[in-house]
Amino acid sequence: MPIATTQPPPPSVLQSFMESIAAPIEWFGGLCLFAAQAIRECFQRPFEWTEILRQTYQIGWQSAPLIVLSGLAVGSVLSMHTRATLERFGAESMIPTALAFALVKETGPLVTGLLISGRVGAGIGAELGGMRVTEQIDALESLAVNSFHYLVATRVLACVVALPLLTVLMNFSGLLGGFFAEATISGMSFPYYFHAAFGSLAFSDFIPPTAKTMVFGFLIGTTSAYLGYNASGGAEGVGRASTQSVVLSSIFLIVVNVVLVKFIAFLFPVGGA
Amino acid sequence: MSDAITFNGVSKSFGPREVLKDISFAVPTGGAYVLLGRSGSGKSVTLKLICGLLKADAGAILVNGDDITGRDSNALAPIRKHIGFLFQSAALFDSLSVGENVAFPLRRHTNKPDGEIRDQATAILEKVGLAKEFQTMPGALSGGMRKRAGLARALAMEPAILLIDEPSAGLDPITSNEIDQLLIDLHTNQHATLVVVTHNIPSARRLATRLGFLDDGHLIAEGTPEELAHSEHDIVREFMKSQQAG
Ligand SMILES: Nc1ncnc2c1ncn2[C@@H]1O[C@H](COP(=O)(O)OP(=O)(O)OP(=O)(O)O)[C@@H](O)[C@H]1O
Ligand SMILES: [Mg+2]
Repeated sequence: MPIATTQPPPPSVLQSFMESIAAPIEWFGGLCLFAAQAIRECFQRPFEWTEILRQTYQIGWQSAPLIVLSGLAVGSVLSMHTRATLERFGAESMIPTALAFALVKETGPLVTGLLISGRVGAGIGAELGGMRVTEQIDALESLAVNSFHYLVATRVLACVVALPLLTVLMNFSGLLGGFFAEATISGMSFPYYFHAAFGSLAFSDFIPPTAKTMVFGFLIGTTSAYLGYNASGGAEGVGRASTQSVVLSSIFLIVVNVVLVKFIAFLFPVGGA
Repeated sequence: MSDAITFNGVSKSFGPREVLKDISFAVPTGGAYVLLGRSGSGKSVTLKLICGLLKADAGAILVNGDDITGRDSNALAPIRKHIGFLFQSAALFDSLSVGENVAFPLRRHTNKPDGEIRDQATAILEKVGLAKEFQTMPGALSGGMRKRAGLARALAMEPAILLIDEPSAGLDPITSNEIDQLLIDLHTNQHATLVVVTHNIPSARRLATRLGFLDDGHLIAEGTPEELAHSEHDIVREFMKSQQAG
């Protein structure tokens, strides 16, 4: 195209569009590199056992009450809905089975992931952000400690380990909550309920959805650590890192879940997802 | 005598702001170099460059003859083990007690038993007058106490090079003198190389074997305290006349 004018051409629509998406793309590229480094550092010596255990305790064990309570509530609500549906077909005896399937295959992993991205994502974002803006990360480095290895890899690993365990806890609490609801309404016995719930669940129904929460853990850990580790701008920056950690790790988790469900359905066609 | 620290044409910018422009200087091993300059002139940035916490945009930085520019965290670790850094903000780990802050580098880099590490940390805290604060959390310390705790942590590994950012900021004259004396001891008895940033001219005169004056990104004056007192630059002479501590 010949350009005859001497004035600089006004920025085209395309150009301003490109500029407006450049920053998010750069940010996302940074996140991907960060995630790749996190994977690499997780396998690098020295293993920070004390720090990994401490983080797993904080991320996993200290989230347990939240998970149990939510599980009980979600389970009882789910069972009430299931009952309302199945009653119409006279299939009340299927309630434990239906509930178990719903919980184990999708509700348990997803609700656990979202709850943890709230509690842990905000925590990691704020903690690392605070350490960054108060120069504590620089102080670690000045003491000859690889801050990425010590702070980031340990937290990501702890999230990956904690998520499946918390999901199992969520599933059990959900079933228990469902049982309480069911027992109150129909007086169903405990042995019958659990026999019915687990009787029809195959290992392949349980393992893939639970294992996929390791991916959730990785997403929560890397996203929130990325935001915290690179925080700037004082207390306000820390607040921003914390909020964005929750928002972004929840969104990533929900989107990636769609892909994972498809993937699992593809790998385990009989069990389905 | 070889140089502990060498800057060769080092520049550093943050976005459009050029903080250091083509800086060159050297600190001989065992020397005590005091960096002066007005607030915002890039003194803290210079210290962070020496420790590899910031990367230079241009030029080379040598520590004990090793070029540190472009090294990553793992490659810097062996060098950093010989460097003690007191941050302007002290930068104590706020999840650890004061004593554990001091013990932290010892736990990381030595295999000593717990009891010995605690004794050693207590001994260092005693030097900075904080022996009673072993269990205190950093949040509960005053500004001057944090500074001293930060100094204790920087001294823990008995580093050969000490980078000290405003040791006497926030300290009363008596404590400030004690800290100066501690630094002079480290310098004369343990032959540590010191790079000290300070606004306290009397203390700078006591400590320094050599001083550098940063202004507008350039090292405009360098020399002994006497030489700087007769500098061609008004601002340097005015600085050196100040008797004010702080
Ligand atoms: N991480 C950073 N990001 C952006 N700009 C920075 C950063 N660190 C320092 N600067 C800028 O570099 C300049 C020099 O900062 P520096 O902290 O070295 O000053 P200083 O000489 O130590 O001042 P003071 O005596 O007040 O401590 C300042 O203008 C500051 O805004
Ligand atoms: Mg400074």
